[in-house]
Amino acid sequence: MSILIQLALSFSLLSILAVGGGTAVLPEMQSILAHQFGVDHTQFVHAYSIGQLSPGPNMLMVLIIGYRIAGLLGAGVVLLAFFLPSSILCFYAGHLWSRFGESPWRRTVQNALEPVSIGLMASGVYAVGKASIFSSATLVLALVALYLILRTKINPVLVILVSGLIGALFTYFS
Amino acid sequence: MESSNNSPVSLRDLFVQFFIVGAVSFGGGIIAYERILLVDKRKWLSPDEFMAYLAISQTMPGLNSVNLAVLAGDKLRGAIGAVVAVLGLILPGSVFVLVIGILYTSKSNHYLSNLILPGIAAAATGLLGAITYRIGEEHWRHVKSLFLIVSTFFLMSIAKLSLPLVLLVMAPIAIYLYRPSKKQ
Repeated sequence: MSILIQLALSFSLLSILAVGGGTAVLPEMQSILAHQFGVDHTQFVHAYSIGQLSPGPNMLMVLIIGYRIAGLLGAGVVLLAFFLPSSILCFYAGHLWSRFGESPWRRTVQNALEPVSIGLMASGVYAVGKASIFSSATLVLALVALYLILRTKINPVLVILVSGLIGALFTYFS
Repeated sequence: MESSNNSPVSLRDLFVQFFIVGAVSFGGGIIAYERILLVDKRKWLSPDEFMAYLAISQTMPGLNSVNLAVLAGDKLRGAIGAVVAVLGLILPGSVFVLVIGILYTSKSNHYLSNLILPGIAAAATGLLGAITYRIGEEHWRHVKSLFLIVSTFFLMSIAKLSLPLVLLVMAPIAIYLYRPSKKQ
């Protein structure tokens, strides 16, 4: 029971701290999970990767984390805790907005938070990269994926799946 | 804000339409799918309303795509509409992720998943790098925002401060740097 409460508290906090989207809380999520719930970096990166393959909002991978820690109930608790607080905040922000309309300060807050959340996303890349790039082969796969996604119109899911296959063949035959 | 279309939207339709967005948006770009649904396909929002909602979604914490569903659902059918839109949006992906997650967690498939996941994780890192680069595109060139990006990264990843602390330090600095100018 206490682990569910702990999960609910941790993910609610992450929810309201997720300025600029879920990716900004990846490094914090990774360290909370490692220190409080014993989820190692490899498991975290695998869950994240599965999330990238799925349709819909990209942070649904929190379900895998919740499931790993406390089964289906854990998955449900994590899903609610991660999506409900920020949604409620946004709901009321929408109401305030329609009452007060555009203010120069809203623009300011958005402009100001944007570079901060990009910095946090960069930390997310760093955190995920530290766990996923552990050999020259994985480094090459990551760089090729980065290049293909930036420079071509190939669907990222296809890039990720093919990379998984190449990685598997590489490991199998070496 | 005046609504662009006044005929009531059924909750079922709201759910089904967001469910479709949640089911087809493989590989990201979910905001674009939402725009197609809300502005082009159903004309539930005017382009102006959509941009305003997107701006609120981006300013508030949480996932932009989910926040957008909250605001659109609320506008169309109130609080219950917000709940229905979000549920529709996250249901397909949740089932997908959970099924794969359970397979991954079960012991029997460990050999195969250990074989295939390193390559998938490496490419997912590349994807995250690409998304970050693209979102930051115009920011890398401005001294002000580059300073904020680099300091945030430093505090988070090198100094290893906790996220609340990083935001407590960086948000006031950033808001000060971007404060509204008196001339406007």
